[in-house]
Amino acid sequence: MTSLTSNAAVPAREPGRAKRSRSRSGPRAGSIAAFLLPFFVLFTLFYIAPILYALVQSFEKIQRSGGQYGTLSTVFGGTTQYSAVLSNPDFWASLGRVGLFGIVQVPVMLFLSLLIALLLDSRLIRFKAFFRLTAFLPYAVPGLIAAIMWSFLYHPQLSPIVRTLDDLGLHVDFLSESSVLWSIANISTWLWTGYNMLIIHSALQAIPQDIYEAARLDGAGDIAIALRIKVPIVLPSILLATVFSIIGTLQLYSEPSVLAQVAPSVSTTFTPNMMTYGIASGGNHQQAAAMSVVIAVATFVLSFGFMKITNRKTDA
Amino acid sequence: MTATSTSPGNHADRTPGGPKRRRRDLGGLTGRIGAMSVLVILTVYFVVPVYFLLVSSTKSQGDFASTFGLWFSHLHFSANIRTLFTTQDGIFGRWAANSLIYAGGGAVIGTFLSALTGYALAKFRFRGRDFLFSVVLGGVLVPSATLALPLFLMFSAVHQVNTYWAVILPSVVNPFGVFLARVFASAAVPDELLEAARIDGAGEFRIFWQVSLRLLTPGLVTIFLFQFIGIWNNFFLPMVMLQSQDLYPITLGLFNWNASVSQQPDLQQSVITGSFVSIVPLIALFLLLQRFWRTGLSAGAIK
Repeated sequence: MTSLTSNAAVPAREPGRAKRSRSRSGPRAGSIAAFLLPFFVLFTLFYIAPILYALVQSFEKIQRSGGQYGTLSTVFGGTTQYSAVLSNPDFWASLGRVGLFGIVQVPVMLFLSLLIALLLDSRLIRFKAFFRLTAFLPYAVPGLIAAIMWSFLYHPQLSPIVRTLDDLGLHVDFLSESSVLWSIANISTWLWTGYNMLIIHSALQAIPQDIYEAARLDGAGDIAIALRIKVPIVLPSILLATVFSIIGTLQLYSEPSVLAQVAPSVSTTFTPNMMTYGIASGGNHQQAAAMSVVIAVATFVLSFGFMKITNRKTDA
Repeated sequence: MTATSTSPGNHADRTPGGPKRRRRDLGGLTGRIGAMSVLVILTVYFVVPVYFLLVSSTKSQGDFASTFGLWFSHLHFSANIRTLFTTQDGIFGRWAANSLIYAGGGAVIGTFLSALTGYALAKFRFRGRDFLFSVVLGGVLVPSATLALPLFLMFSAVHQVNTYWAVILPSVVNPFGVFLARVFASAAVPDELLEAARIDGAGEFRIFWQVSLRLLTPGLVTIFLFQFIGIWNNFFLPMVMLQSQDLYPITLGLFNWNASVSQQPDLQQSVITGSFVSIVPLIALFLLLQRFWRTGLSAGAIK
């Protein structure tokens, strides 16, 4: 994050000289365009156009003209789809579900990531390369495969975990109505802790060592150094990881879909995205578009709101 | 990575501080044991599910259901592999090839585009540069699943759904890759070098190809790896775009098999073996390219 701001300073340096050298040997507008066009053409086609298309579509509706057997046509529908989406209790329930999920899972996961990163950065640990690699291992497992794998580990008959707990006299059902959300949260935590740890860890490694020496001379112990020096310095990385995690939470789809195959408690409207997909495959693309727009807006509001709040706090 | 090796020096510096100061440190035996235990427990958590998959892929269907999941039984691995690659006329091999085409093709093209764009945004001065960069940053925040449904309708309007292109083309665009490439380029490619090459009369594209790309290699391997994993793991886009099983990537294929286990219980063992087989190349890729992605990440990716 900080590198963004430092880069911005580059063009400001010695403007006079830059101008002169550009007129002599700098890149021409033609070659600059040649570098940029391929990406931005595709970006327009496959990022901007679909967003605009979804926006337009979300304000349309299907109308049947001329009675029951009339022809179907797409007409302007105003906010019909939006009011249908926003008055749908299932939609609010699914948002509430992923909201609860995010409030619990994201902090737990990032706490674990930070803990591992700090331990790997400390003087207490041997075999650092090994631990770093094993923590990162789940990242190489596709979310869908992870969900299939864990669905066996949750399965009442097949799971060695359930069996071991049973032998100990603990009877748990990972797939019940009340527990399945947390079983999904565990899959996400398993998948992403190592990735976030690596982001925080690379930020920790960029801290110059002499800061620690100075702190030690002042009598600071390991814990004080970790909490008062390391954590504040890597805070931007943690915030970035939080934003990506919030986005990921609102997008939950494949893990609950896989668990739905073994757990009847996972309904087709369990997460907002499952619901959107269900509506779209039912043929109501206008309403699915409106729902996507609402989810995207919620994502933006949450991630920007989060950045705003934390920025204000760190400035103070 | 090397930074941590300087810590023994600190250790020696600390001794004059006396016992009072040391008490606040965790350097003692209890601190070490505590820290190691935390990491060992977490490592067990990260590794056991993959280990379970490995063990299960060596069992017959009967043993899988009846024996303890975390220990081996009669080895049945080669038979499972044979079944996996022959079920439904060997469609699993086809899915694996498709995943390679989607992830390999998409990541190669995508990394090259990210490099071109990120390099230009970092090294060329032109009007509108900051605007273009903020557009890219906005793109990073757009959830890809939001795009999938409208993309499906757009592709069906031009009769291109259910084709390889329907999955590859949208996967090529990687705003996060552009962001990383810009960070890498501004850190790794010195302006003086570009000036020197220009004075020698080299064209911009030749400078990029012969000078800058070489300096950017560790960063580009990182971008490639993350994009490869991203496409390989993507499930929503292919699910929306593809109807015919012949075009499925592994994830979608296994999802469908897993869904039909209740009608065809024999498929369960193939789901397990297939899951295991599909993560092996990814783990291998990560281990092989470790040197690159680690330097890539610490080179300032997300500093």
